[in-house]
Amino acid sequence: MKHRELKNTLLRHGIVLMIALTAYAAGLLLAGKNPVAAFVDTVSFTFGTWYGFSEVCMRMIPLLLTALAVALPSTVGLINVGGEGQLYMGAWLATWGVITFPNLPAGVFIPFLILLGFVGGGAWAALAGFFRARGWINETITTLLMNYIAPLIIGFFVYGSWRSREPGASAFPQSIAFPPAARLPRFFNSRIHLGMVIALILLAVFWFIMEKTKWGLKMKAIGGNPEAARRLGFEIGPYIVGVMFIAGGIAGLAGMAEVSALYGRLRAGFSPGYGFMGFLISWMAGGKPATIVSMSFILAFIFSAGSLLQITQGVPFAAINILMAMMLFVVLAKPRLPGVKR
Amino acid sequence: MNWQFFGDLLSGTIMYGVPLLYMTLGAVIEQRAGMVNLGLEGIMLAGASTGFAMSVAAGNPWIGIGMAALAGALLNLIYAYLVVNRKASQLASGMTLMFLGSGISAVIGRPYVGAGIAGLARYQLPGLALVPWVTRTMFSYDLLVYLAVPSALFVWWLLFRTRYGLSLRAVGENPSAAFAAGRRIDLLKYSASIMCGLLGGIAGAHLSIALARTWTEGMTGGRGYIALALVIFSKWHPLKSIFGALLFGGAVTLQLQLQAKGAGISPFLLNMIPYVLTLAVLLIWSGARKYAAPGALGRIYSGED
Repeated sequence: MKHRELKNTLLRHGIVLMIALTAYAAGLLLAGKNPVAAFVDTVSFTFGTWYGFSEVCMRMIPLLLTALAVALPSTVGLINVGGEGQLYMGAWLATWGVITFPNLPAGVFIPFLILLGFVGGGAWAALAGFFRARGWINETITTLLMNYIAPLIIGFFVYGSWRSREPGASAFPQSIAFPPAARLPRFFNSRIHLGMVIALILLAVFWFIMEKTKWGLKMKAIGGNPEAARRLGFEIGPYIVGVMFIAGGIAGLAGMAEVSALYGRLRAGFSPGYGFMGFLISWMAGGKPATIVSMSFILAFIFSAGSLLQITQGVPFAAINILMAMMLFVVLAKPRLPGVKR
Repeated sequence: MNWQFFGDLLSGTIMYGVPLLYMTLGAVIEQRAGMVNLGLEGIMLAGASTGFAMSVAAGNPWIGIGMAALAGALLNLIYAYLVVNRKASQLASGMTLMFLGSGISAVIGRPYVGAGIAGLARYQLPGLALVPWVTRTMFSYDLLVYLAVPSALFVWWLLFRTRYGLSLRAVGENPSAAFAAGRRIDLLKYSASIMCGLLGGIAGAHLSIALARTWTEGMTGGRGYIALALVIFSKWHPLKSIFGALLFGGAVTLQLQLQAKGAGISPFLLNMIPYVLTLAVLLIWSGARKYAAPGALGRIYSGED
């Protein structure tokens, strides 16, 4: 059984990668470039240089977190499609902290930012959880619509009262620069930052809770049959709000980490849709932590390759969306391969 | 505040409500057949860019609208194939469709960014010009606006007064029973998806051709998701969705009017109005709403063994 599962997982990843590579080649051919040479370039850049590889790992971080923000609520049958908005709100509250308390010492600042990022995203998602728990509106539609409100809140502040007045920086709508103490540490002479450690720890904790504790069992029971769980005397409402809070908090951490570690400023529209990608990664991985890691890596690789293509070959960035969609369609269609039993 | 202001408000409400009505009608049909589609946003975007590009290329906006409808239907066929034939998750399939639609629309529309078109010809309602306070802009609309309410009536008739509509609703309510009664579930679901795609393509094209008269990436701004909310608001009823669409159109127009008047409110706050209003309306009118939903909405029909 285990063996077959492994084989299936490998097969799944293989198919996804193959499709990605084929589409990548087709796109290049259309652009009039030599796909083989470009492919060799990309692979030697991503896997042959530490810089290239570390950039892919860096891109994984928000994907890991937003995917977990979907996987966790899905265990109790909740559909969180609001990772994008929660990510923005985490970044928003963290930036508020930096602007309000700019002189905190380094040892305090980072934990403070982590807390704020978590609370910002968490509160945003808990609102949707609360509406759902009271039976007012379904969390799918709430989280979807709230994705469009959160970036407007960011826009309101970075174009308004938070806008940096520093010479040179004020040309762009962005906040003041975070002080050095408020920048998440980076490792290994690369842009891989503390967010990676946080994401991997959270994924491990998620795995542990779901597989090894009574909590996980309870959550699975609620997700499997909420009506039965209610009859058995489980209070479902607090679970819904709590799970949404934690999930949103995790997505909020992604936003906080991007802003603090990479840009050092809050900018309008800094996320290229990480929250939506996280949803699809979590779905493709079936909510399994280890598969979330590998799927995130594949998508981050495509993302990096796409950025490279955009810069070197002038392929529009939106083409990456098409590429990802094609991969996902193949996964969704569950193709039957000759000789493989499902 | 004068007649001109209210006139503009009213005509804007209608103009901005119409594309949303077309999309909501499509979503009502599809959900009545048991399918929730998170990809409506992608369908609208593909319709908007295809419609605009074809209008510029062919020099005729109606060719653009026709092609947009076709593009929407083709795109939604992918969704139908995944959820009907492959029994894939509706949410994931829809989300993926959103990615595809937004990617395709950006690629199609890129050469046309900044291009301008004449838009759809507008016709004044005869007779109304005699009423003194009616301004010229107030009752002068394009053909798609005049067809919007008749379309809602048609969808209502189709769903509630025809044998086809009965079968479609049966599939959405209880697919096993519909199957037992000899209905072709797959064909019915496909037909609902095609209609939804056609309407979504038209909705997007009306937005880019008649309203904005330009193409910008991501120009639908979540209208596909707002349509989903309006389906719930209208209790899956095509005629009630007219009110939902007008409400949203009113919110958008009010926001634009306030911005144009320079009311001193941040445009970011004003831009939130339609989304916040949609959520607020859903909150206020919630309650027994879920019982109005088709019984098998969102479920995968895995066939009879």
